[in-house]
Amino acid sequence: MAINTDKNSYTILFSILMVIVVGALLAFVAQGLKPTISENQRIEIQQNILYAMGVNDNVDGSREFIAAEKAGQVFSEYIKKQLVIQGDQVTENDNAYLIDLKKEKNLAKDPSYTRRLPLFVGEKDGQTYYVAPVRGKGLWDAIWGYVALDKDMVVQGVFFDHKGETPGLGANIKERFFMDDFSGEKLFNDGGNFEGITVAKGNADPKNDNKDDNEVDAIAGATITGDGVTAMLKGDLRLYVPYFKNLNNN
Amino acid sequence: MGLLSKKDSKLILDPLADNNPITIQVLGICSALAITAQLKASIVMAVSVLFVLGLGNVVISLMRNIIPSKIRIIVQLVVVAALVIVVDQVLKAYAYSLSKELSVFIGLIITNCIIMGRFEAFALGNGPWRSFLDGIGNALGYGVILIIVGFFRELLGSGTLLGFPVLGDPIEKTGLYSIGYENNGFMLLSPMALIVVGIIIWVQRSRNSALIEEN
Repeated sequence: MAINTDKNSYTILFSILMVIVVGALLAFVAQGLKPTISENQRIEIQQNILYAMGVNDNVDGSREFIAAEKAGQVFSEYIKKQLVIQGDQVTENDNAYLIDLKKEKNLAKDPSYTRRLPLFVGEKDGQTYYVAPVRGKGLWDAIWGYVALDKDMVVQGVFFDHKGETPGLGANIKERFFMDDFSGEKLFNDGGNFEGITVAKGNADPKNDNKDDNEVDAIAGATITGDGVTAMLKGDLRLYVPYFKNLNNN
Repeated sequence: MGLLSKKDSKLILDPLADNNPITIQVLGICSALAITAQLKASIVMAVSVLFVLGLGNVVISLMRNIIPSKIRIIVQLVVVAALVIVVDQVLKAYAYSLSKELSVFIGLIITNCIIMGRFEAFALGNGPWRSFLDGIGNALGYGVILIIVGFFRELLGSGTLLGFPVLGDPIEKTGLYSIGYENNGFMLLSPMALIVVGIIIWVQRSRNSALIEEN
């Protein structure tokens, strides 16, 4: 070969060129695909919210969202109101579902900031659902979800998702056998205080017939992910308690 | 393999058995242990590696005469990383639900030592066509082992295959479970993957004594 590839000047030149070419290529790809990707993510949020309130294409044990093509239309059909709760203020906002919980949580570290809490009010078969988003930490990375409640904060349905939990273990929080257990569970204990729902190991109730124990059966081998779900539900849903208390007093 | 010369088809067939990257060269063990708890994840990982290794080998082979030898490992890493990011972005845009399923696996491809191993050992010294075949062959050899391990781990660990309950329902006690069978949760943890890979190596070596090293 004519080029002496061992020379320092060549090595430096090569690396500079490589960085420029690869950087430009990746930036180009990322920019070109960005609109499609964020559109996909937007539709996914709508599908998740609808899933939690029971609007989905589930057959038997499968977990199927409503088809992406009609998600937007179905979403506006079922979701009657989108609310943003900020302290005592409740405002309607048609883009409340786009509020980034991660950003809100970071902003809320500043005590002068009152966190915005999105709440989606949906109606299906004459029943009203209040769907609240939740977000927390699993074992490896973020976990999040949507919880559909009735006006007494009894869970009607949930959807969980995760960024990188262990397949076959923690990743199973998004499977039906785990999510379905939450339906009917109460967030308040017998004394009427907010208790949340604990993902409990050694739960003597694997079929989850007891809906008053504030517990669901944990996934074996996924202790930390399960604890993350518990903490996420307790921490995030507690913030909605004043709204529901208010709702029932009026 | 009428399309390929004998030498070329050897490039594809050798890594499938007698020169398998996992069981003989013991490369790519990390991902073979990490992601084989489910059959579906194994298949998806096998296909992703097939794509990245085939293409990456060609790219490295085309650049083999201009890569400065002092920084060749870094150049290889950059090529893999760039390919993986492109794959990830394209999947997110055009196969969103699939990319959700894969989540971490795509990123994990970068850490796969088979890819760096083939770049270093083969693509740097051979032409693009032969490198392409070598990449495909090694990725297939890797994939075969992954799928075998994934099959047994999901079947014995969860009692399902590709998510379908094939042995009955463990909670309702139907099928095999009605006679007292239990899933072995240990199969879902990485140590059992190592043992399954070990059993495959044992079977392979006892069938072909040429593979056993002399002491």
